[in-house]
Amino acid sequence: MLLARDAIRFSWQALSANTTRTFLMLLAMSIGVGSVVILTALGEGARNYVTAEFSSLGTNLVIVIPGKSETSGDNPMGLIGITERDLTIDDALALKRHPKINRIAPLNIGVAEVAWQSRKREVSIMGTNYEFQKIRQWKIAQGKFLPKTDMSRATSVCVLGADLRNEIFGAHSALGQWIRIGDRRFRVIGILDKEGQSMGMDVGDSVFIPVASAQSLFNVPALFRIFVEVKTREAIPKVISFIKGTIQERHQGVEDITVITQDAILATFDRILSALTYSIGGIAAISLFVAGILIMNVMLVTVSQRTSEIGLLKSLGASSKAILNLILIEAILLSSLGALIGLILGQLGCWGIRSAFPDLPAYPPAWATLASILIALITGVLFSLLPAKKAARLDPVVALSNR
Amino acid sequence: MIKLENIHRNFQVGDQTVRALDNINLIINDGEYVSVMGPSGSGKSTLLNLLGLLDSPTSGNYFLNKNNVTELNENQQAITRNKNIGFVFQVFHLIPRLTAAENIGLPLVLAGIPEAERKQRVHTALDSMNLLDRSHHKPQELSGGQRQRVAIARATITEPSILLADEPTGNLDQKSGLNVIETLEQLNKKGITLIIVTHDAALGARSTRSIRMIDGRIESDVGASNVTGT
Repeated sequence: MLLARDAIRFSWQALSANTTRTFLMLLAMSIGVGSVVILTALGEGARNYVTAEFSSLGTNLVIVIPGKSETSGDNPMGLIGITERDLTIDDALALKRHPKINRIAPLNIGVAEVAWQSRKREVSIMGTNYEFQKIRQWKIAQGKFLPKTDMSRATSVCVLGADLRNEIFGAHSALGQWIRIGDRRFRVIGILDKEGQSMGMDVGDSVFIPVASAQSLFNVPALFRIFVEVKTREAIPKVISFIKGTIQERHQGVEDITVITQDAILATFDRILSALTYSIGGIAAISLFVAGILIMNVMLVTVSQRTSEIGLLKSLGASSKAILNLILIEAILLSSLGALIGLILGQLGCWGIRSAFPDLPAYPPAWATLASILIALITGVLFSLLPAKKAARLDPVVALSNR
Repeated sequence: MIKLENIHRNFQVGDQTVRALDNINLIINDGEYVSVMGPSGSGKSTLLNLLGLLDSPTSGNYFLNKNNVTELNENQQAITRNKNIGFVFQVFHLIPRLTAAENIGLPLVLAGIPEAERKQRVHTALDSMNLLDRSHHKPQELSGGQRQRVAIARATITEPSILLADEPTGNLDQKSGLNVIETLEQLNKKGITLIIVTHDAALGARSTRSIRMIDGRIESDVGASNVTGT
């Protein structure tokens, strides 16, 4: 029986003798594998990008939203809800009792005009407390964040976002200056580091003031959100039921809040983006399938071109099985080489994407790499079975007379 | 030893059944030099293919060294072919991408013989064919006569007992043809059974036994050795 090494060498010689044919098949195979690698890397990159964005919200975060939406928990933004009762600072304070809660930050949002000397700018005003910065893990460029005081105390201090600071003060020093927000005056005590956009809020173009000050500025007692940071991930479900129970008690037995967790939001996005990755990976796999069909076609042509060679091999004592194996080995060599080139092309493509879009972590997932190689090999072999069988079945007498 | 018993080989061409071989009974002893002649379509190539196990009879039995090879399966026939039978073709049938040495070694490769032994035997074969300086040449770099000698070296590399040659000089000029025939005859003198199918009467006349075929039958068989094997 034919030795494996000799069989591979024989097939290799057959491949290298016909460079155009081999090149075209390698091209088809490598494009197939390469596109699976690149497309799944894009999908996976998008998923990781979104995940990282959500993680930047803070860890073990639970967000309390006034109003109860029907699709509690799974509604990623939780924006749809009918407010029954307002969420108040007292509600937030009541939550502080739980031992597993690390930090609580209320949030009030409004828009007001900020002015210093002759410069004016309409920006978002966020009423919150000193813990908000810790929960969101923001860095302070200058000064400090809001003071550690009672949430219900209104003080006239503010912290500016980096962009806003540059717009209003320019080259002047901002720290310690008094600015006007709406009809009140606040002293600038801190400047946030550049943070950019986070969860739809342009932090750089915002002003942070104590929550009680915001309430009186906008004359709204209700809170927009309560951010709760839980000590451990495991404690999150307990904390959620504690929050729901406490607020329900305080709201005359009506559960009129929605509690969303970062995990729930993440899980939803993760599911959507994973599905996306799988589907584009699947579409790319179709190109592998097409490459397989090309291999079948070319192999069929090869078999008819090499009819007399196959007849000769039979006359020299090659069994049908040996002929079948030789053709299959050729196909396996082609598809594995094609897969290898495809992998290299794919990785190069991913590198190109990462260089062009540094924010997008476009790394192909291991499963996609493995799957593309497997699909390449399987289609290569499967689609060569027919031509190989045709070759094995050739009548040597007829094959030899074919000149 | 070759023994054919009531061999029939029919081909279906459209509605017609062509009797390519019609009740052939034949015994060829080891070491004989046989030429098979006859007009086109007389069945001489079919006979050669059948002897080489490339074709199977419609009915009848073929005994090779007392084994009924018609009963062997495809794989066993392939092994028998590899071990016992060498082919020389009119068009050489060398694989163009392989060197002379690689072409000669092919039957050994198919038999799964390790490379070291192969090299040794190919070297000996090249030497005996006076082709040592051509061992790394591709077929297209060789003359017709050299190509046929490579083909003969390939056919005899497994030391078969039977050498089947189908018009071995048909594509060669007279000088190289003669050289090839002499090479084949030398092998015959060393004991190989040589069976040549040819149109060439001069070539046929060189053999010790001449079989003439017409319409699938043996019309005459001159010079058969008197040893009748069983």
